[in-house]
Amino acid sequence: MAQTTLLEAIRQALFEEMERDPAVVCIGEDIGVYGGAFKVTAGLLERFGWERVIDTPISETAIIGAACGMSYLGLRPVCELQFVDFIACCFNQLTNFVAKSFYLWGAPVPMVVRAPSGGGVHGGPFHSQNPEMYFAHTPGLKVVYPSTPYDAKGLMKSAIRDNNPVLFFEHKALYRRIKDEIPESEYTVPLGKAAMRREGRDLTIATYAAMTHTSLEAAAELAKEGIEVEVLDLRTIQPLDTDAILDSVKKTNRLLIVHEDTRFGGVAGEIAAVVFENAFDDLDAPVRRVTSLDTPVPYSPPLEERFLPQVYDIVAAARELARY
Amino acid sequence: MTKAEALSSERLIWMYAQMVRIREFEERVKRTFTEHPGVMRGHAHLGDGAEGAIVGALATRAEHDLVMPSYRCHGYPLVLGTPARNLMAEIYGRKDGVCGGFGGSMHLADPARHFPCTSGIIAQSIAHATGAGLTAQVKKTGQVVYCFFGDGATKQGGFYESLNLAAIWKLPVVYVLENNQYQAYTHVSLEDANEMAGDPLSQKAQAFSIPGETVDGTHVLEVFEAVGQAANRARDGKGPSLVEAKFYRLSAHGNAITVPPVPTQFPEHEAVEVYGNKAEYAEWKSKDPIVKFRARLVGNGTLTDAAAKQIEDRVATEMEEAVQFALASPLPAPEEAVKHVCA
Repeated sequence: MAQTTLLEAIRQALFEEMERDPAVVCIGEDIGVYGGAFKVTAGLLERFGWERVIDTPISETAIIGAACGMSYLGLRPVCELQFVDFIACCFNQLTNFVAKSFYLWGAPVPMVVRAPSGGGVHGGPFHSQNPEMYFAHTPGLKVVYPSTPYDAKGLMKSAIRDNNPVLFFEHKALYRRIKDEIPESEYTVPLGKAAMRREGRDLTIATYAAMTHTSLEAAAELAKEGIEVEVLDLRTIQPLDTDAILDSVKKTNRLLIVHEDTRFGGVAGEIAAVVFENAFDDLDAPVRRVTSLDTPVPYSPPLEERFLPQVYDIVAAARELARY
Repeated sequence: MTKAEALSSERLIWMYAQMVRIREFEERVKRTFTEHPGVMRGHAHLGDGAEGAIVGALATRAEHDLVMPSYRCHGYPLVLGTPARNLMAEIYGRKDGVCGGFGGSMHLADPARHFPCTSGIIAQSIAHATGAGLTAQVKKTGQVVYCFFGDGATKQGGFYESLNLAAIWKLPVVYVLENNQYQAYTHVSLEDANEMAGDPLSQKAQAFSIPGETVDGTHVLEVFEAVGQAANRARDGKGPSLVEAKFYRLSAHGNAITVPPVPTQFPEHEAVEVYGNKAEYAEWKSKDPIVKFRARLVGNGTLTDAAAKQIEDRVATEMEEAVQFALASPLPAPEEAVKHVCA
């Protein structure tokens, strides 16, 4: 088993799925000759040719719309948005056509939209966002946001094989920072299943994507003070693994939700509601949230650091919750 | 006035100085990557090579006219009079930047100097500029809107939707298509239908039944005449025009962002780094709009070599001062992050 980055893991999944199924095609801006803005698709053009690795103009509406039409006709397109922030340009296609085609016309749309996402790289207000909740809120779309290379590869394979449209968020700050040992043999990771990253008795942190790593750092800090934290990595936002969340809450009786998306209307509010509805009697403390601020993502480093959840924010919230 | 021969020596020298200022500014942004590693964060997109298009177009402008470019936006405010130091400070993410460090390279603005906004997403600003033209028409301000965007933007829905609106309403907008021949990392010959058919990109104007003209964007006076004519047309209430200035971006699309503490770096031009085509780059480098305009002005006696040198030295001092000012400017206080979300 080799040490593999998250970026390389996604590339492996694309290669293997394109090898496995000739219906899988990749489409996006600069993905062929250039190999993608982050080089995720490097080498695909050489291996699979122009017909299956399609460079497009800067036309997000046309990319998603064309992919939707290709899906109707039996292909399984994997679209790349150069940055997820540009998804606003094709919001109409995604939420009105891609999401609703099966419900309205019985036409499955087996497409994947890959999108480099997230902050921590000083990309500023249009190159750092986490817009997963717009789409998790849209019936008909699945939303995946992995934190490890192993999961990224396994989830990407599941996403490509799924007969529903899947939005696959790829955290830019994790692309090359996080390495995993990945088996050489074939495997998939199912959509809709959370992963327990650390066990603990005192409280549960439910989180996903880059914040999984930030939460694990916080958990290590808290352990020094005798607070044993359980860290649950959701991996998929839609469908949400509510069973895993409720099981953990019933064990620890305290819940902290951490995400990099902004606070208002974020995934955390939804999870809190699920827990209040299903495990209120098991709670020994109010559910708490640590999220980004309700502002656009600022550019300058100190501003962005203030905006994003930090280890110390999580430690402080967890400490207070454990003492409640 | 749209004829280049009617331009005074003073005006021609001003135009040359603005072109040199843009070039030197961009060079200093680029040098920051190596001279001050870690200072540059985010993306920086440079306009070197575009000086003829920018200055040729803006030299036709009346004082109250609006300038609304895309994300490759350093050059325009320099010409409009925004101090270079505050632009550099913004690109460095500093408190004294034109946006207090909230915008960065792609999101400069200076509303007081008729430079209301920019856009980090391709072609979206074309719609904003069209709305500005509508505002000028409704409010009868007599303003013309100068809307700048690249070749890549003309493949966006926003371009088509906006030009159609401007055409049907005869909005006072000049759409300046800066064809720098690369859509981010992909050459225009791989992504543009007109280019592939051997036609100019300005042919797109026919879709809206508005005038479309292509000029040599490395020749500042050609741009001046074409944009001047389009601006007059807009001012006379006859509606929008599309002017394609064809030139060559002399730097790469931009730098890649990195996770600190890894410093960002500015790569080689795509012709060299992606396509391995050094000859293409060298050919266009030999058509440098500043070198050409300098030779013309010195050749016809408008400028002496010594006077040109004096301008260049003065600009070098100005931009050195801008860099030092920006480096000395403090980073914003973290508490600033939560301010002015709402008006």
